[in-house]
Amino acid sequence: MGYNAFQILKEGLTGNKGWRPVWRDPEPKSEYDVIIIGGGGHGLSTAYYLAKNHGIKNIAVLERGYIGGGNIGRNTTIVRANYFMPGNSEFYSHSLKLWESMEQDLNYNTMHSGRGLINLFHSDGQRDAFARRGNMMCNQGDDAILLDRDGVRKHLPYLDFESHRFPVYGGLYHPRGGTARHDAVAWGYARGADQLGVDLIQQCEVTGIDVKDGVVRGVQTSRGAIRAKRVGIVVAGRSSQVAAMAGLEVPIESHILQAFVSEGLKPTVDHVVSFGMGHFYLSQSDKGGLVFGGDLDFYASYAQRGNLPMMEHVMEAGMALVPALGKAKVLRSWGGIMDMTPDGSFIIDRTKVDGLYMDCGWCYGGFKAVPASGWCMAHLMAEDKPHEVAKKHTFDRFRTGHGLMDEEGTGSQHNLH
Amino acid sequence: MRINCPICGDRDRREFYYLGASDYLNRPAEGDLDAIHKYLHIRENPAGVTKDLWHHEAGCSSWLVVERNVSTHEILGVELASEVAK
Repeated sequence: MGYNAFQILKEGLTGNKGWRPVWRDPEPKSEYDVIIIGGGGHGLSTAYYLAKNHGIKNIAVLERGYIGGGNIGRNTTIVRANYFMPGNSEFYSHSLKLWESMEQDLNYNTMHSGRGLINLFHSDGQRDAFARRGNMMCNQGDDAILLDRDGVRKHLPYLDFESHRFPVYGGLYHPRGGTARHDAVAWGYARGADQLGVDLIQQCEVTGIDVKDGVVRGVQTSRGAIRAKRVGIVVAGRSSQVAAMAGLEVPIESHILQAFVSEGLKPTVDHVVSFGMGHFYLSQSDKGGLVFGGDLDFYASYAQRGNLPMMEHVMEAGMALVPALGKAKVLRSWGGIMDMTPDGSFIIDRTKVDGLYMDCGWCYGGFKAVPASGWCMAHLMAEDKPHEVAKKHTFDRFRTGHGLMDEEGTGSQHNLH
Repeated sequence: MRINCPICGDRDRREFYYLGASDYLNRPAEGDLDAIHKYLHIRENPAGVTKDLWHHEAGCSSWLVVERNVSTHEILGVELASEVAK
């Protein structure tokens, strides 16, 4: 089904009775060329690009719950390419370009909004670090503008510029950064993949991975066994459990990250703003809710909800930066399960089982990576060699210590990111 | 979340610093790089009951082994790491 203005008008005048499901609900076949475990943003985009870029048609995506019900529906929707380390820099740059062409490519409104992102700094040292980061971003071909205090005030007049604890020295402005509608991204890729012949099989839990003589043969599911020559595990949040089905051990510890949304307000916050000193970031959804969050709760958890101390910390940080926030009511809060790797960067790699690949370890940054993750995972699975912009993201970097991508510079250890 | 410190009693989570899985108590011998890699990076990471190390930073400064259900945040038991390591 295509979408156009005429169709919306027609449906609007006829009670919206003509809309139909935009993807099929097929029964699983007994065999596929490629199985993707996980029907989240990354799994769907992997299937889409396998079909579109590599011409593979016989693909299934197996989803335990429903499409869009995992972390793709539980994030704060920020899209950016302001990374510093070689490896991450080119990957997220590629991802942002894919975001910018996604709606045309999928013929689907994902509400991508390059509204600009500003990372604030509050000391001379932080300014130097952000100036250096901005130069790295420009060298990568992306956009970065160093704003002084008055420059920030023009964009963000609602900040507390009188703060003595964390005075605003300026900000690194990334005009192409912004947000997108997270659910629509899942739906757009699901629809696109379905149109290219991918079977999206929901309510189908993978319970085992069949490996014989070091080669993957297929999977066991709650809806029967399915054979496949190649299997991709794309289940960030549950990577350790699914990897264990194939006898794999992964360098991941699962943590909880909370997010919050206020009642709907008139347009106030035009950008995405981050306040590193208080671990706080803020944007406003198109519906009007202020969407904000902070840091991890910092203990291993699969609970999809956090504890009150971090909630209090986020509110305090928000009030310190934007005192007017105190007038808004928080409507909802929730938590997502983060695949935390020791260096805080992701993994797209082969495993020791032939034909079995993993895309995991997205830490707290998976949403912005949805298009490029799928693009690179599809390339890896189709060509059996890593894509140029994701070739540094291996499992082996932790064992050797070579090529670690520790953006925060805090060390390659689980509890530090 | 509250943790029942064997020395200080039931205390708020904010008094404690989380280090990670109690695997850290089993330090491998020097020189065995694969074992050290496993010790530092590889985690079982179960979605159920696990044991991890917490430091009672704002209390008695003891290292604790806390048995928790990470899917419910229920705390099942707390022991002094010095006792566990004996």
